[in-house]
Order: sequence, then structure tokens, then C-alpha cells
Amino acid sequence: MSWAVTSNNQTIDLAAIPVETAAGLRAEIIEQCGRGARPVAFFGQKLSSGVRLFVILADDPRSELVASSAIFAESEKSYPSISSEIPAFHLFEREFFEETGIKPEGHPWLKPVRFSHNRADQSVRMADYPFFKVEGESIHEVAVGPVHAGVIEPGHFRFMCSGEKVHHLEIHLGYQHRGIEPMMADGSIWKKSKLVESITGDSAIANSLAYSSLLETAAGIEVSARATAIRTLALELERVALHMSSLSGLCADVGDLTGNTFFGATRTYVINSLLDICGSRFGYSLIRPGGVNFDIDAALSAKLLKTLEMVRDRVFIIGERTFNMPGVLSRFQHTGIVDFKTAEKINMVGITARASGLKRDIRADHPFGFYRLYPAYKLTLDSGDVFARAYMRYLEATRSLGYLIDLLSGLPPGTQLLAERGSLKPDSMTVSMVEGPRGELVHVMLTGANGEAVRYKLKDPSFNNWFALALAVRGEGVSDFPICNKSFDLSYCGYDL
Amino acid sequence: MFDSIKVRIKQGKQYIPDVKRAEVNPKFRGFPLLNNKTCTRCDDCTCVCPTGAITAHPLKIDLGKCTFCGDCQRACKSQSIEFTNFHKMAASRRETLIVDHNTDRHLYTLDAVKANHEIKRLFGRSLKLRSVSAGGCNGCELELNACSNVNFDMTRFGIEMVASPRHADGIVITGPVSENMAYALEDTLLAVPNPRLVIAMGTCAISGGVFQDSAAVNRNFFDKYKVDLYIPGCPVHPLTFINGVLRLLGR
Repeated sequence: MSWAVTSNNQTIDLAAIPVETAAGLRAEIIEQCGRGARPVAFFGQKLSSGVRLFVILADDPRSELVASSAIFAESEKSYPSISSEIPAFHLFEREFFEETGIKPEGHPWLKPVRFSHNRADQSVRMADYPFFKVEGESIHEVAVGPVHAGVIEPGHFRFMCSGEKVHHLEIHLGYQHRGIEPMMADGSIWKKSKLVESITGDSAIANSLAYSSLLETAAGIEVSARATAIRTLALELERVALHMSSLSGLCADVGDLTGNTFFGATRTYVINSLLDICGSRFGYSLIRPGGVNFDIDAALSAKLLKTLEMVRDRVFIIGERTFNMPGVLSRFQHTGIVDFKTAEKINMVGITARASGLKRDIRADHPFGFYRLYPAYKLTLDSGDVFARAYMRYLEATRSLGYLIDLLSGLPPGTQLLAERGSLKPDSMTVSMVEGPRGELVHVMLTGANGEAVRYKLKDPSFNNWFALALAVRGEGVSDFPICNKSFDLSYCGYDL
Repeated sequence: MFDSIKVRIKQGKQYIPDVKRAEVNPKFRGFPLLNNKTCTRCDDCTCVCPTGAITAHPLKIDLGKCTFCGDCQRACKSQSIEFTNFHKMAASRRETLIVDHNTDRHLYTLDAVKANHEIKRLFGRSLKLRSVSAGGCNGCELELNACSNVNFDMTRFGIEMVASPRHADGIVITGPVSENMAYALEDTLLAVPNPRLVIAMGTCAISGGVFQDSAAVNRNFFDKYKVDLYIPGCPVHPLTFINGVLRLLGR
């Protein structure tokens, strides 16, 4: 057996993870992926000499994760690319190459990922990004960014167009790179709560949940049922808030001001509910390793319940109106299609994958927190167009509101909110996955001989999904880009780290 | 059409009629009250602070570094630190943001932002701003967007976010300024015609926040250009932003 079997929120000894040759690992990966596994993590850990490559694959139907590794000696600077066989690895291999300089030979699209400050080849400059060139008499390029027209994060988009039609979109990111991964492994890992909340502000709860669960798992800390329920509640509130924000933006992009205004206004009630709980509209400071900082007393619970019932009512009315408007539908339907096969091939995750019929949801596949007691069911749509992604957000938001209302009606009793810290298991690997508003967040921590964090690997759902946006706009008009982009609503800072 | 009317009737009025007098939820963590008399000098607060914003003996908090996480308040056994829901924290000068036990929040607000006659004359009734996110986490960006929504409705004061720096009277910087964004930030500022304002929004923009020691951050911009308004918060509450800008405009 050349794979160590583990699962979400479980710690395994580093010694239990097999060490293969690069070629052996490649063959094993191809075999596993042929049986339906998909990559969730693929990263290098620098050793005193050489690099150890860790691979974690998810087997969704069995709720299992399998891990293996390969060691590259100092002199080994290349290996045969996996992406040429399994495209799902394309970005993971690019990232590994950027960070370690070990080249996946035969990689079809070996471009920089985020121009990280500690990249292996410092001579690679952002200004020299190797854009794909389309040539021909009617071809022209449209370059947008990094500073965009709205109040939005920076990224550069370059369209190769023939007339109005987009042949190819190249997405060049990295502007938001703040060097989070090395900062996570520098100093006490227990003091990183604020840094984790700053990875992606709009998914702060999802990230702090993944981080806290990871530390609790590695230190064997038991979190009380009440704290677990409050965390899950916050995560669902965050999901509803982001879906409302995306729907509001989508309506703005097709000129539907009523939808734009009122989806936005409804979001305010949701984030103000978070403010009611923990003093921050984004849920900052709520979740800490060991539990939560704030309780929800009976009066607050009743207030939240009333607000959320009102929100559900309003979302329903606005949703039914918006998704029945011919003007909206004609722009949304059949625009920016990512079909099931493509979605599976490029390893999409989260809500946008579910809009293409891919049944992936960490809440159901690798349940964590309160979802183990009170399950969340997977919702999917098949058409993979802007409409499906927008309608999925509407469906998920109403479903989440229902979940929240149920949860609030029966919060588990108890007074313990924050458990004591412990010490991390030395020489181990822990994986924690959370279904955030955009999809799966993966946090992996490796500890050293004294139980200190030596490597902290992060993967945001946007890491999987940016490439899908590039494929979605192929063959569409340039003017459809804004709604395609907003229908994905991906994170720049989550990708850039 | 009837569906749209139904939606509108259901929503009712949501705007905040007087943003200058509006109060934020009591749970909100804003201006801190410090008590040197009860402080036992145990240094628990400085140990838990993620950004080194708090110093003990005597107690001082740098609002430009503070992330308003409240960890110091929770760690303090003598209850010498209390974050109030007072949100008017903007200041014209970086030094003003350092507050101690003597700082009265209401006096602070009156003095912190210096409205200059020239700024009032030029931008008092119409201020167009261009946002530049330079490593921001999308927290301050979403709150800046919220300033223009139906609740806060900043546009009623003639303050508007615009699409191009060429249309703008100034820029709003969010984020710690990542190395990869440093050039684009400067370039955007230079595209704004003079006279122009520079507003640093949020802890990351003011001091680097949790990223102050990151090797991937480049804050040379702030050595080169003067900031006209510092608006603390993590993220900045829309009311903090709007009230800060209004004071800068002398309104």
C-alpha cells in the first residue's frame, strides 16, 4: 500500500506517509485519479537537503483522504508532469514549480501562479508575464486591470478577441500576494487567528474554522456542542451574505437595479446579525482555537430568528421576481457555459462546480462540525451557465437560511465556549477542510519534532475555479465578461495568499 | 412590474436618516477606553495583541495598528481596557491615532480631523474617489462598497466612488500594499489630477496591520506621498468612513 489513509480533521504521523520516487508517485496518482480521486493538496516542504512533495487526494464517496509523498534530492530539478495526464493538477504543479524550481517536464501551461516573494526564480518579473498570443488580421487585445472600474480587488485580465468575440482570456493574478503561508509557520501557530481572518475577509469565518479545527485536531482538544453549533451558524451566515452580495452584483451587471439594491440591502441584515453576535460584520474574533469567544443568549437568539425569518421572506420575494424577469434571464441563460466534463477535468469545487452538475460539497462529503449531526444535502444544477450559478446562489441562500432557522430553534445547551489549549502532536500532518461560501478551503499543517508548525499550506476554492472563468468566456462577447466574472465571484486574495 | 412594486413595498425605508448622529450596535468594537489606575502591569494585553498596537505602562493603543479584535480586553484580568461602540475615529495625522487613558473620545473626534479651507472650497460639495485595493482582504473593500448602498447612501453628500482615476479627486487605499501592487498603486495616484487627496482606509493601509512584517509588502508609497486622512478599523465601518470624510470636507 503506497498511500496513507486519513480523513478530514485527522492527524497522522509523518512517518506513516509513504515516500516514493517521483515517477512512482506519478504512476500512483494517475491510478488513484483513474478511480475517481481528485487532488486537494500538492505542495513541497523544503528539507535540509532537497524537497519533499506531499500529495493529498480526496475520495469523496468514501469520505476519505489519501496521502503520499516523494523526495527530490538537491540535484533533481525535474520530473514528468502529471497534468499532461490529469489536467486537475495543472495549477498545483505550477505552484510547486514556482515555489521550489522543480520543473514538471511536459506541463502544457507552465506559467507563474502568483509571483510569490519567495519564488525559486527571482528573475521572473511580473511585468514579463508570458501572455498567450493569438495572431491574425481581425485579432485585437483588450487589457483590463490590475485596477478595475469598481471597488474590487486587483487582477489583470487580457482578452484576445476577434471582433466582439473572445477567443481566449488570460487571467494574470498575484497582485494581492502578502506572503501568508511563510507567516503562518513563523512564530507560535496559536497566535495566528487574526492573520487567518485576513486571508480572505469575506470568508474569514470559513478560514478561521478550518484553522481552529486543524489545531484542535492536532492538539486533541474537544470543542463543546454549543460552540460547534455557533461556529456552524456563523459559517452559514457568511455563506448567505456572500451569495446576496454576488446576486446583487449580478443584477447590477445586467442593469436590474431593483435586484441590485434589494439583494444588497438584504445582505446588510445578515452581516448585521454577525455584528449582533460578535461585534464585527464579518464575524472577526468570533472563532478561536478551542471554541468561540461569544455566546448567543436567549434574547439574541430570538432576535436573530426574527431577522432571519424576515430575510428568508425577502430573499424569496426578490428571487422569484428576479428569476422571472425576461430581461435578466435573456442575459443569464446560455451565457458562459462550463459543462460537467470540463468542470470535472479541471477540478472545480464549490457552488460553481455544483452549478455544472458536479456533486461536490465538503459539508456532505467530508462532514465537519455540526454537519456531522445535522447534515447538509447537496444541491446541483446541470446547465453550467451564468443562470445556473446565479440560481444556485439563490437556492443555497434560501436553503442556508432554513438551516439557520432550524439551528437557532434548538441550540445545544451548555456554558463552555472556549476549551483550553493543548500541545500539538509532533512530526505529524493534519488536514482540515471546510466548505466556505465559494467552496472547499483546505488547510494542511506539518509539525516538527517539538510540535511546532513547520509548514502551513492553504488552498482557497478560487485556486481551483479561476481557470473555469477563463474557459467560460471563450466564444462569448467581451461585454458578457462582467456577468460571467460575477457569476463566479472568485477571491483574488484567497488565490494570491 | 407588480412583482417589482411588491419587492419595493416590502423593503420599506432603510436609509439611515442622520449618519452624523447614528450609533453603531453596542457590540461593535470601536474607540477604546483605557484605565491606568486599575492596570496591574501584567502585560497580558501586549502578549496577545496580533499587531503590537498596545503598549503598557502607561496603557496606549495605536488605532492605526489596532485590529479591534478585542483579544486584549478579553485577556485583561483587571478590566482596564474596554472597546466602546464609538466609531468616529478618523484622523488627519498619524500621531493622533495613538490614544491613552487621557484621551476623551468626543474631544478626540472634534480635533482629530483638520478641515482645511482649501479642501472645503474645492471638494466640499462634490468629492469623487477612486478605490485602490493593494493587498486588501476584501473586508474594507466590501465596507467601502457598503458606503454607497441604501443604508448609508454616501452619495447624498456628493461623495462618490468613480471608475477612473482621471475622474477622481483622490484615492482610497485599502490593504497593506503588497510588493506586487506597489507600482500600480503609485501609477493610479499619478493619474489623478492635482490637487488630490490620499485616504488610507483600514488598519492594513495605515500601518500594514498583521502584514507589517511581511517580506511581500512594500510600503515605500507612504514615505513618498502624504496621507490626508487615516480611517482606522478592521474592517472600517461605513459610518466611520463617511463621518471621517465629512469632517475632512468641513461638513
